[in-house]
Amino acid sequence: MKIQQISLFLENKPGHLRAICRALADARVNIVTLSLADTQQFGIVRLIVEDWQRARATLEQAGFVVHVREVVVVTVPDRPGGLADLLESIEKNGVNIEYMYAFAARREDQAVMVFRFDDPDKAIAALQSAGREVLAGSELFK
Amino acid sequence: MSAFEFWNDADNPVHPASAPDYLPLERLREMQLHRLQVTVARAYARVPPFRQRLDERGVKPADLRGLPDLARLPFSVKSDLRDHYPFGLCASPMADIVRLHASSGTTGKPIVVAYTAADLEVWRSVIVRTLAAAGVRRGDVVQNCYGYGLFTGGLGVHAGAEAMGATVIPMSGGNTERQIMVMKDFGVTVVCSTPSYFLHLADEAQKQGLDLRKLKLRIGVFGAEPWTEGMRERIQTMAGIRAQDIYGLSEIIGPGVAAECVHRCGLHIFEDHFYPEIIDPDTGAVLPDGATGELVLTTLSKEAMPMIRYRTRDLSRLLREPCACGRTIRRLQRISARSDDMLIVRGVNVYPSQIEIALLSVEAALPHYRIVLTREADLDQMEVQVEVTAAHFTDQVKTLEALQQRLAEAVLRVTGIHARVRLVEPNTIQRSEGKAKRVIDQRKLT
Repeated sequence: MKIQQISLFLENKPGHLRAICRALADARVNIVTLSLADTQQFGIVRLIVEDWQRARATLEQAGFVVHVREVVVVTVPDRPGGLADLLESIEKNGVNIEYMYAFAARREDQAVMVFRFDDPDKAIAALQSAGREVLAGSELFK
Repeated sequence: MSAFEFWNDADNPVHPASAPDYLPLERLREMQLHRLQVTVARAYARVPPFRQRLDERGVKPADLRGLPDLARLPFSVKSDLRDHYPFGLCASPMADIVRLHASSGTTGKPIVVAYTAADLEVWRSVIVRTLAAAGVRRGDVVQNCYGYGLFTGGLGVHAGAEAMGATVIPMSGGNTERQIMVMKDFGVTVVCSTPSYFLHLADEAQKQGLDLRKLKLRIGVFGAEPWTEGMRERIQTMAGIRAQDIYGLSEIIGPGVAAECVHRCGLHIFEDHFYPEIIDPDTGAVLPDGATGELVLTTLSKEAMPMIRYRTRDLSRLLREPCACGRTIRRLQRISARSDDMLIVRGVNVYPSQIEIALLSVEAALPHYRIVLTREADLDQMEVQVEVTAAHFTDQVKTLEALQQRLAEAVLRVTGIHARVRLVEPNTIQRSEGKAKRVIDQRKLT
């Protein structure tokens, strides 16, 4: 159920994000979604791609420092209170969210969110016992 | 050179050329004084600018009755070589000069240095002593990455390595991929290069998935730029070799002025040919052994271009305590700074080596870094740019910000200066193929 997310260090300079996307495009790696965390000086790009091993090899070859972490992808009902309910079920189980971002695509009446938890396995168990839909890679990359 | 031919490690641990390293001190001082008197008399007779300077001071070569009298002679400096470009300081006619080298001056004309056949023989012998001290043996395969050409490094090391019976591969600098291929395919056991270039080679090898520790490489002979213990550790760990420091400068002879033995507790200075003094860089006063100051060198046997009391701008101290290797010649403490490398930031003296020490106090391995100095609102700003490495990159902003903070605190602790630390992308700081350019000074002085 856990999805491998790759992250890269990025300086806040024109053209730097494009260089990453171009390198992946040239290697025919499709980006499923991405998020950018940034400060004044630098940013961290987090990517979910179809073939993370190939993406990592490509980017490392291009000289980037690549970090791989496990994230959890969950559907969230697309209605008021949908996310609040979900967060409550996580909170009850004492799992912390390090960061989260929304998926680029949505499924029918569901939004899709990516979470980085301090304890992904515990979070998955909590979410599933609360009847949440945790997506596997096979469902993401359809 | 025939004497070296039968030298082999098992029979005789001391290379015959290294005999002067072990002279009884009394004998060494006698030899130094005699050679000094000959050199000064010769320079006085044959180099008009030198004679003029002595005359101005009312000093005669005959006034040199003991080694301490050397302090009565004037210093020479790098600009003397420029002022008398190209051959104004030569003491031999061109007919006796068999080799010219030149070092790239950072501004204007290069400086030219000349050698007679006897000078080349001395040079060869001090390189043999350098390599022998570093543990290089007959049968070693030496990859010489020092630049061949006008720079003294390439040809200097080449001649000495051949003379001692090692197998020399004259690579010169650059073409990193080919260097790595040769290192692997030719079974190289010794690499001679600048430390920063070797780190570059090691990084490239790692990128190619080549583990240098699995090669036959056993010794690195590094010089031509100041480097730190941190760099030494990193080199030794990455490549599985013993990293040896050597010292030299073109104005004196090139590489071969001083070298570490395998105990690596300072560089044994070949003082039968190069007489060292340590002076206070501000007053010019000679300091006792053990005190830190600027290294001043006098050539004791050089014919073509004798150098009397040449100010090297390198800061060091002379160690006279006996070394475990048994050499009697004094040792020069590793050069950690040059008096002209010194940066003055907000009135505080800062050396790039201090920045390295600060970075190493936070990170396990020295990252590639660069110091950028600017002036904002009349105040000096020091920015230390540090490349992010796989070892400390995480996907969380707060951990990277904490790293920046820790690095800035370390710089403050070591230098007393509040610096801005900026993390930059890997491989964005230019790698040097020669001397590392660590400092970019963009301050516009008004």
